[in-house]
Amino acid sequence: MTNRLSGPLEDVAGDAGHRDHPARVGFFTDTSVCIGCKACEVACKEWNAVPDDGFDLLGMSMDNSGMLGANTWRHVAFIEQARPLGAQQPGLDGLPTGPSGLPATDSAVARRLQGAPRGGSELGTSPLPDDAVPVDLGMPAFAADTGSRTDLRWLMASDVCKHCTHAGCLDVCPTGALFRTEFGTVVVQQDVCNGCGYCVSACPYGVIDRRPNDGRAQKCTLCYDRLGDGLEPACAKACPTQSIQFGPLDELRERADRRLAQLHGLGVGEARLYGRDPDDGVGGDGAFFLLLDEPEVYGLPPDPHVPTRDAPAMWRGAGAAAATFLLAGVAALWGTRR
Amino acid sequence: MTRSDRDRAGAAKSAADQGAGHRAQLFQGGRHRPGRGEPTVVPEATFASYYGRPVLKAPVWEWKIAAYLFTGGLAAGSSVVAAAADLTGRRRLRRGGWLGALAALLASLWFLVSDLGRPERFLHMLRVAKPTSPMSVGTWLLTAFGAGVGVPALAELVPRRWGRTRAARLLRASARPAGLWAALTAPGVASYTAVLLSHTAVPGWNEVHRELPFVFTGSAAASGGGFGMLAAPVAEAGPARVFAAVGAAQELVAARVMEHRMGLVGEAYRTGRVGPARRAAELATAAGLAGTVLVAHRSRRAAVLSGLALLTGSALQRYGVFAAGVQTTKDPRYVVVPQRERLSGRTVGDPALGPIDR
Amino acid sequence: MGSNMAEAHPVGFQWVMEAKARGARVIHIDPRFTRTSALADSHVPIRAGTDIAFLGGVINYLLQNGQEFREYVTAYTNASFVVGEEFADTEDLDGLFSGYDPETASYDRRTWRFAGGAGEDPGDGSRYKEQSEALQSGSGGPSLSNVDGIERDPTLTHPRCVFQVLKRHYARYTPEMVERVCGTPRAQFLDVCQAWTANSGRERTGALVYSVGWTQHSVAAQYIRAGAIVQLLLGNIGRPGGGVYALRGHASIQGSTDIPTLFNLLPGYLPMPSAGVHPDLAAYLDDLRAECQKGFWYHADAYFVSLLKEYFGQHATAENDYGFGLLPAINGDHGTYRTVMDMIDGKVSGYFLVGQNPAVGSAHGKLQRLGMANLDWLVVRDLTMIESATFWKDGPEVETGEIVPETCRTEVFFFPAASHVEKEGTFTQTQRMLQWREKAVEPKGDQRSELSFFYHLGRKLKDRLAASADPRDEPVQKLAWDYAVDGDEPSAEDVLRRIGGVDLATGRDLSAYTELKADGSTACGCWIYCGVHADGVNQAARRKPHDEQGPYEKEWGWTWPANRRVLYNRASADLEGRPWSERKKLVWWDAGHGEWTGDDVPDFPPTLPPDHVPEPGACGADALRGDDPFIMQADGKGWLFAPNGLVDGPLPSHYEPHESPVRNALYGQQGNPTRKVYARKDNPANPAPPEAHADVFPYVLTAARLTEHHTAGGMSRQLPYLAELQPELTVEVSPELARERGLAHLGLAHVVTSRAAVEARVVVTDRMAPLRVEDRIVHQVWMPYHWGSSGLVRGDVVNDLFGVVVDPNVFIQESKVATCDVRSGPRPRGADLLRMLADLRARAGITPATGARVATAHDIVHTEAAGPEAP
Repeated sequence: MTNRLSGPLEDVAGDAGHRDHPARVGFFTDTSVCIGCKACEVACKEWNAVPDDGFDLLGMSMDNSGMLGANTWRHVAFIEQARPLGAQQPGLDGLPTGPSGLPATDSAVARRLQGAPRGGSELGTSPLPDDAVPVDLGMPAFAADTGSRTDLRWLMASDVCKHCTHAGCLDVCPTGALFRTEFGTVVVQQDVCNGCGYCVSACPYGVIDRRPNDGRAQKCTLCYDRLGDGLEPACAKACPTQSIQFGPLDELRERADRRLAQLHGLGVGEARLYGRDPDDGVGGDGAFFLLLDEPEVYGLPPDPHVPTRDAPAMWRGAGAAAATFLLAGVAALWGTRR
Repeated sequence: MTRSDRDRAGAAKSAADQGAGHRAQLFQGGRHRPGRGEPTVVPEATFASYYGRPVLKAPVWEWKIAAYLFTGGLAAGSSVVAAAADLTGRRRLRRGGWLGALAALLASLWFLVSDLGRPERFLHMLRVAKPTSPMSVGTWLLTAFGAGVGVPALAELVPRRWGRTRAARLLRASARPAGLWAALTAPGVASYTAVLLSHTAVPGWNEVHRELPFVFTGSAAASGGGFGMLAAPVAEAGPARVFAAVGAAQELVAARVMEHRMGLVGEAYRTGRVGPARRAAELATAAGLAGTVLVAHRSRRAAVLSGLALLTGSALQRYGVFAAGVQTTKDPRYVVVPQRERLSGRTVGDPALGPIDR
Repeated sequence: MGSNMAEAHPVGFQWVMEAKARGARVIHIDPRFTRTSALADSHVPIRAGTDIAFLGGVINYLLQNGQEFREYVTAYTNASFVVGEEFADTEDLDGLFSGYDPETASYDRRTWRFAGGAGEDPGDGSRYKEQSEALQSGSGGPSLSNVDGIERDPTLTHPRCVFQVLKRHYARYTPEMVERVCGTPRAQFLDVCQAWTANSGRERTGALVYSVGWTQHSVAAQYIRAGAIVQLLLGNIGRPGGGVYALRGHASIQGSTDIPTLFNLLPGYLPMPSAGVHPDLAAYLDDLRAECQKGFWYHADAYFVSLLKEYFGQHATAENDYGFGLLPAINGDHGTYRTVMDMIDGKVSGYFLVGQNPAVGSAHGKLQRLGMANLDWLVVRDLTMIESATFWKDGPEVETGEIVPETCRTEVFFFPAASHVEKEGTFTQTQRMLQWREKAVEPKGDQRSELSFFYHLGRKLKDRLAASADPRDEPVQKLAWDYAVDGDEPSAEDVLRRIGGVDLATGRDLSAYTELKADGSTACGCWIYCGVHADGVNQAARRKPHDEQGPYEKEWGWTWPANRRVLYNRASADLEGRPWSERKKLVWWDAGHGEWTGDDVPDFPPTLPPDHVPEPGACGADALRGDDPFIMQADGKGWLFAPNGLVDGPLPSHYEPHESPVRNALYGQQGNPTRKVYARKDNPANPAPPEAHADVFPYVLTAARLTEHHTAGGMSRQLPYLAELQPELTVEVSPELARERGLAHLGLAHVVTSRAAVEARVVVTDRMAPLRVEDRIVHQVWMPYHWGSSGLVRGDVVNDLFGVVVDPNVFIQESKVATCDVRSGPRPRGADLLRMLADLRARAGITPATGARVATAHDIVHTEAAGPEAP
């Protein structure tokens, strides 16, 4: 039974009541070959008629989408770091460089996000308000600094809805608008959703959001309509370097394991898989990733879990509390008999 | 350049140095610095993030949901008081209780529906009954409870001159059973809202899921009792006073325990706009409790003041919890640091265990 | 090098990623750390505009360490040719070659010829320079006669043999010098040299990729020459995995040079006749190729006559020189920039813009807009109302009052164009491959294809001039305009068929340019495309999947010439016709069947044995030896030394950009001594050493593209899905420069040159880094150039910052490097802007003569006469 709420689950579609359904499909996004062309973002919006999320220069390196949201179902993250990537030579050796500018640029961006109504989590759904502009600080972070930067690497990664084995959004949806498809993916039925917004807070990855002026929850459908016609999702189709790979999840997991071993062999020790493990807090992701740094560096939670995991405990607590409430009532009754 | 900027920059720098070259950042922005003189239990911790951007989506729920938490609890509490009054023949307390419960219920329903993205689709809630969705469970609880509250409340509203009609007699006859039914479902209504909040990825709500139900039912009882003390004369308000006192006491204790057990999220409960609100909530509830126990049975004025204090405390309590949770979604720190700690097999910096050293 | 492939050519970059996955080492040499660098094994920094110094250093490294592919070099290049005694090198003349004429700032190339070679060059250097003659060697090499007479030394030891000349010319391009000039740290430079040589030779090949980062310089053609020399020395030409890849500016730019829109070229790189010099066909053909020239270019008469037959049909007869006299002739520089200046000077009345947005996309945008504002009529054909159609009402000059909408005399006609999915036709990409596109949807409303527009324009002109007796209307009257039409629309496939060549006697579609005749019996719209419609089949429309055919996918599309995928692939086999190595085999001699065979279509006479020696006195293809792989070249060899064809030197030499913060460390000659500077008041240049006040513009400015936008933005700034990905104009600076100038991340700044000030949001990034050049620190600044005054996202025009100075060979503008200053905060507006720029020019002592002194070598001085001042 607990297995139904969290932990590994062999047959998600079957568990959801689909009989003789196709194999579970998903994405393996190998960020080590992403060139940051954003073709996935554009192809997704073109196919799914997703509106733009505002013409807003964010200063997050080349990233001007900022985050997944109601109007951004694929998001390419750009991370500049003062550290090497395997044996890559960034070409800074011997140049008359000063200290890195990253701390200053990062905090300039961060301050602007902190000024926003939703702390920046509105990105991918709506632009930041104009007044949330960064404080002009010049280059404070290293004004006092010395030393010379020699390391540099630039990570790019295309993020997407994880289509969790145990999906928080799906579990809490009170209308049944969110459902598990025969492909094992998670999709919002737009004709049912009444925009209660519960899924927004139940997603441990901050993916799904409510679209302003529409009121309904929106997220990646893994191109449910295309899957039905035997086509691969638009983003995977558009990816020029096969950073985004689509296919049966089992196959993808094997492929990912091989790629990981290959990269480790090449001395890229920091490579790791994210969301591949069926034993994690969400029972493994339908869309998982090969990352070159800690998940939080990409804006991903390092150890997410589906809230439903603790549901039994929560209801037990609620039951006990309800009992005390009732007892108080009884006390009020007996304590005041005439 | 302000002090906090310098802190942040400095912290970022040092982190960049130690953190294996991590893009490390500190996001204890000036936004929620410790309030007046209150010490930060969890010190500034540096951690990696994506430009300080939140990991989670801030709830799309507005203040209306906080208001719903309060009114829903009030409705539940009042219904119990009213039922007790009914069984003990306290007509004015009963009348006040049922009307209060109905009013609070209608208000809570309005808050719920108007906060939907597509209010015209609120009935879609009744398409399914879903145990994994506290909101679905709550919907059915409210439906059941609503039916129970509706009948006796309506009975109270029937004008005298219609008293003889069959409908009126039927209504009066079914008032008590319906009222008892409402009182029996009330505990569910009062407690499920805690699960509603905890059953999310919001750290400030999820991590307190053990204590929150007790805070909320206590708060509901206190507000229900408090309202009863307003609605009925001192002579009749006995059950309301007892109910309020027990509830307020439970709320105070549960809230304290919750705060004590809280880890990093505690900061969101103590700082910014939330900190003062919750301190005020505690004060008001404590004052209300004292008043209820010591003077409310003697003076009408004392009863009214105590009742108002309890209602205020309960409302602020709900607002505090709601706002604190929202705050923890706006700052990646509340998501990343505890999960990191969990991964590295350590518990989140608990005051008892001392600060997180990073 | 000079390419940001991952960002500008992301789809093609997938093959680089595949090669990398198979173990290839990817090195990116670029002023910036770009998305390409992020995926490369190494990023090597370089100062913009110094690539020849870098490549010269590689050449020197090869020759000093004996790393060249000796057998290949000796047999397949002109390394063994002996240069005439009168030749003097830049080493002797402080940066100039012999034959420099200070009067015209051009070369008399007669002193560059080989010992024993005949004088095919009339020495008319200034005309060549004015007509961008080098561009006319685009398919056939420059002419060269009496090749057999050329003195050679196969031991490569003769002091005047090309190999030794090369050695001396680059002797001072040492790693130390590279570091001093390019700012590339020595260790990194040597690492490149070692990697390049280690991946070349018999068993391995290395590929060189460049884009407009190489072509948009005042020494552009020589950049590519330098790259070609390295690849020839390493034996990387004509072999699989080798080559020099020119990634074009955008879709089918290759096609638009093959069938050109250039003033001095006819289809297939046949030169446009010159007034006075080519009175008749015979004179033109004599000038076109040398007497009894070796190789296939000798048959250019057949290519040219077939073209005339295609143009004028039955009006082209032997009696009237096949209508040679009907062709327009040129008498000087009619390039795009000269034309724009002529507009300003009131010499041009009308202008067609077809899929071009010069108000944003061309260097010195202000010059472009002022020129277009001084016309009688302007026709703009584009997808949307681009800046070049709206400049008169919302251009920057309206803000400054230099253009007044009410009084702007130009009448603009806007024609909505059909997009690439609304019309059929071919794209020719960088591999010279033609690929046919079907029409996906019908164009809406008044949208029409270019083909339709020009077909009907031509038809209407012919109707209107049919009765004219004016001889100047004769060309239009005689023009064969008889393409098949489907209802109202001309058939694109019929046009392709006519381009591909037809036997006029039988009406059969020709299958190769070797079938073309000079007797008027064949018609062919572009000789290099001959065969694209062979057997009546649209060869460009072939789409056989790669898994159903050989490794070179010969049945996907069609590649000119004759569907060869690798040019000069005879060089992939050794002298005896055996592959240099099993690992790198491509085509080889099959003695059994007595023919060349292999994975690709052999780029060689199919049955010519490797050991073949032609009869004395044989001409053209018959004169080819069995070991002459470069069959278009007049000597059948790859040219290390170019005695002919280039107007600015037989060997690439490092010259500083027109605007440079530093003095040339190699020669007294600062810049390209033959560059065209167009000295005018409205085309000011920032001072560069040896001129004074260079410090007013201390930083190096370079501009390029973003993946998210398309060139001048007409196809991207209008689309929300693209506009939102790069919503604002930014300027990328290093943390070091940010500190020096007090620039804040995301804050406003303006970049200034003597031409303009452009406002942008600052992006401070570790991807930009300062360089140490000589004893000083040089900061480089980068901007994307996609923004303009219309569209969903708008911004200042970055190209306004650049002036007009062009390479003398091909007239490309130097828009990849200039000097500038960067200032914090927004730029001044309106009249204040003009005042600020005027003050700046005064401070820098800028006059029309600034930068006009193109010759700065020790005692030789040439200053370009200042042109007429702008009205």
